[in-house]
Order: sequence, then C-alpha cells, then structure tokens
Amino acid sequence: MAEKPKLHYTNGRGKMESIRWLLAAAGVEFEEEFIGTKEDLEKLRNDGSLLFQQVPMVEIDGMKMVQTRAILSYIAAKYNLYGKDLKERAWIDMYVEGTTDLMGMIMYLPFQPADTKEKNLALIIERATTRYFPVYEKALKDHGHDYLVGNKLSWADIHLLEAILMAEECKPDILSAFPLLQAFKGRTSNIPTIKKFLQPGSQRKPPTDEKFVAIVRKIFNI
Amino acid sequence: MSGKPKLHYFNGRGRMESIRWLLAAAGVEFEECFLETKDDLTKLQKDGSLLFQQVPMVEIDGMKMVQSRAIGNYIAAKYNLYGKDLKERALIDMYVEAVIDLNELLMTHTFQPADKKEQHFATIVDKATNRYFPVYEKVLKDHGQDFLVGNRFSKADVQLLETLLMAEECKPDILAKFPLLQSFKVRISNIPTIKKFLQPGSQRKPPLQEKDVPKLMKIFH
Repeated sequence: MAEKPKLHYTNGRGKMESIRWLLAAAGVEFEEEFIGTKEDLEKLRNDGSLLFQQVPMVEIDGMKMVQTRAILSYIAAKYNLYGKDLKERAWIDMYVEGTTDLMGMIMYLPFQPADTKEKNLALIIERATTRYFPVYEKALKDHGHDYLVGNKLSWADIHLLEAILMAEECKPDILSAFPLLQAFKGRTSNIPTIKKFLQPGSQRKPPTDEKFVAIVRKIFNI
Repeated sequence: MSGKPKLHYFNGRGRMESIRWLLAAAGVEFEECFLETKDDLTKLQKDGSLLFQQVPMVEIDGMKMVQSRAIGNYIAAKYNLYGKDLKERALIDMYVEAVIDLNELLMTHTFQPADKKEQHFATIVDKATNRYFPVYEKVLKDHGQDFLVGNRFSKADVQLLETLLMAEECKPDILAKFPLLQSFKVRISNIPTIKKFLQPGSQRKPPLQEKDVPKLMKIFH
C-alpha cells in the first residue's frame, strides 16, 4: 500500500531540494519525474495535477501535494521530525523560516542579472554571517546539545545542514567564525541517511549552473 | 497565567495583519506596540528581542516569536484552527500557502512604481480570478460544506476571508464569477469573533496609503 512518494519538478535544486533532503534524511525512498520542457509542465497543468498550476508537486499518501512548506511540514510531522509538542514545533518553524530565507537568496542568485551578482553575493555572505549563522551558533551554545531543538534530530537540523552546505558553495570558509556550526555540520553529515544522501549517485542535485538557468527560464517563462 | 499576546510591528497591515486576523478569529485579546521610527526598530534589534533582527515579533506564552508563518502555525494549533489530523493540516497548509502568495501580490501593489502599477494590477486580477479563486470555489462546491477543510472552522477560512476582502479593495467586483466564495465571505464574516473584528474601532488595520509609504521606508531601510 505504501508507494514511494513521487516528486514532480525540474532536474535541479530549486524549491524541491529541501524536500529531497528531508525525505532522504527520514530514510524514505522516493521517485522523481522530471519536467524537461514547457510541454511537460503544460501536461501536468492540463491534467489537473497541480492545484495552483505550480510545482513542486509531490504525490504522497494518495494526495497530490503542492506548496513547498505544506509538503515539508507534512513529511516532517509524518516522520517525527517536528518536535514533541507545540513549543518545539514553534522553534523548529522559526529556525526553518530563517534557513528558508537564506537559501532563498542563494537559490535566486544564478537568476539575477550579471551586473548585480557581485552585490547580491556580498549580501548573502553578510546575512549568513551576521543575521542567520549567529542565531544557530548561539542556540547550540546555549543548550550544548547535538541538535537544535529538543535534543533530537528534527527538520530544523536537516534544513540547517542544507543551508550550511549551500552557503559554503558560495564561500568555502563561511563557517570560519562558527566553531559549533562546524562541529554540527560534521556530526549531522555523518548521520547514516544523510551521509548516504551526500554521496555521489544520490538524488541530491548539483548547484545551479547557467545551463540549468536557461532551461528553467524556458519552461517557466521567466 | 500568561498576559495577552503582544504584537510588535508598525501601525499597518503588512505581515502582521494575518496574525491579527487569526488571534481575533480565535477570540484572543492582544496588545500592540507600534514601531514609529527607525530607532524603535533598532532598539528592538539591540535588546535581542528579534531572533533574525526582523518584525513581526509576537510575545506569546513566554516566547518572543518571529517569522509570520511560525507565529500563525503556533496560534492556529493552540486554538484548534489547524484541523484534526495530519491530512487536514496538509490541506490547510496548501490552501494557506497559496493565499499568502496572493496576499504578497496584493500587499506589494502600493509599493509599485507608477509606471508598473497598471501591469501589476492586471497580474493581481489575472492570478486571483484564474489561478486562486477557482480552486477555493471548487473546493467549496465539491464538498458543499461551510468551511474549507474538515467541515470545521480553521486557519484556512480565516486567511481566505482576509484575502477575499483585500482583493475586493483592489477591485470591488472581483468575486463576480464566484458565487460560493461570495456566500463564504458573508458566512465567515458573520462568525461573532470575526464580525467584531470587522467593525470600526477594532485592531484591524486599513489598507496602506501611498502617503504612508515614505514613513515605512524610513523605518525599514
């Protein structure tokens, strides 16, 4: 009865990547159907599969779920990665919204006009090192636990690791002032399901390059 | 035991309005502390009250919560406006996320440069009437119930009503083709807590006027 979730998106990171991370970390096998052309997207739209005409869309538990956050919240709750009570969920939500904002900036960088790239990259690095990373460094310092919330692996940890690795792709030494985040990165990367996802050949997608930007622009008319 | 929730934001809708709606719908009294100048914001940032240096911030149950979605989720769950199980929550989340997308479009309209306004308005109307409203109209039609999810009042109904009213401020006849959304609007507006919130003198904020934009830019830029 339990079929594998099926992900509908382009063959790249975008908004689906956090979903791939979460499923992988939860040890859930999933299938992917890639949108390669405008026609693929139109087909999905025309057969009524996309509630608001948009992807990501994930077929899971008899639903055709859309809206990234809705999908992530569902997976997190289903696989016990959402804390044990309302207050833990509140903290997880707050932390995840922060890493979502940071990763959103990084995600859009390849799509910015060439003459703004340098400025935008500088802003990403500034935000990462002065607004976001200090918060997570302090959280780990204050309670001294291995995980951000409730002394247990949660969606917040997985999302933070994803954000850290993306930020390092922007600037390899971006964690230099954050010893606890460095240790967190090492520790969390070694969780077996995550370690597996980080190995070549997994369903993790590579950083967005110009070729992919061109494909996305064509499919989504942007 | 706990004091009333305390909202920190400027005296306008922005990203705090959905939270005001939700608290009001749940019948929860709240206080507000308005940011009038950049110094007010800086003070909050400096005293460590803002986790990511940003507002909205809501003091609630001993926490200084930030991030409007996190705050909305907490309030909805606490006051039983989040469905009865995971699947209902999934539906509520999907409906609310789309409403937030439409809200963003509506909210940013006042900030558009003059030469982009007409195009932006056309986009709003197009998205509202072709992408979003048909979905909610169909949901209501398919199950024939009064509320969007689980035959029970939820965050999804509150957020949708908020957006329907904002869309009508943009274009008064925008619901012309959506009879079920029209009756939904009336029905939900008449829920006592919401009816009270819709009356003059409530904490509901008016639409942002162009004349208020410079003051806002001063605080946040």
